[in-house]
Amino acid sequence: MAPRHLDATFAALADPTRRAILARLATGEASVTELAAPFKISQPAISKHLKVLERAGLISRGRDAQRRPRRLEAKPLAEATEWLERYREYWEGNYQRLDALLEELKTKKTKRTSTRR
Amino acid sequence: MNSQVKDVGKLQISTPSDRELAMTRVFDAPRSMVFDAWTKPELLKRWLGVFGSWTFAVCEVDLRVGGKYRFVWRGKDGNEMGMGGVYREIVRPERTVSTEKFDDPWYEGDAIDTTTFAERGGKTTMTTTVLYESKEIRDAVLKSPMESGVAKSYDKLAEVLAAIPARSGK
Repeated sequence: MAPRHLDATFAALADPTRRAILARLATGEASVTELAAPFKISQPAISKHLKVLERAGLISRGRDAQRRPRRLEAKPLAEATEWLERYREYWEGNYQRLDALLEELKTKKTKRTSTRR
Repeated sequence: MNSQVKDVGKLQISTPSDRELAMTRVFDAPRSMVFDAWTKPELLKRWLGVFGSWTFAVCEVDLRVGGKYRFVWRGKDGNEMGMGGVYREIVRPERTVSTEKFDDPWYEGDAIDTTTFAERGGKTTMTTTVLYESKEIRDAVLKSPMESGVAKSYDKLAEVLAAIPARSGK
């Protein structure tokens, strides 16, 4: 099921502000001030969100020591999405295989019944 | 048309209570058959978790109250995923109740699985309800794509991802 390291990713993605930050970073790196601009919340609050995203490995800091731009890290996001998609697919796949098996069992049963006659 | 017939093949996921998560699916077969497919190793091996390179390395079921079940799947790279539990209730072909624990747990504590089989017009509705130790744990599991609230964040995520190749082709 969900690998343990994805817990932090899912927790980080559970918040709408953090998802908006990621959406912004998907268009290119940005400084904390730039990231805070579209939101009605304080810069320290944004910094807190950034820390969560950073701990989850979803973003990293650029080299520019002055601006310290944040940028998106694609890999954990891709892993999380993949898992999300696979969960439902996993059960749908199971049940489709079960459908096929049940069809087979029904056919066998019919054959048995008709040979008996 | 009765709704059961209409719903054949459609997986439904719901939250019957604060601590529960339920999956419902209708199968075009009598319930004794579905019950067997749910409890007999030779049949389980044909459908549960076997896809791609994943097959059962261990599939043991001691179908009696207090009896244990143990499943281990193995993938092509040697990766293994195991889980198991103890049967608490068996009413053939209506219902099974068992505990569930993963070797590498992705949620806290034990969960209780109740699976019911209801037959109508030759079709069987199988419902598996998982009861978690607390609402918090259930909610953590719900952060998975299993319900629509998360489908929303998934949509958002899809948007984010769609934008990525534009700049990270490195």
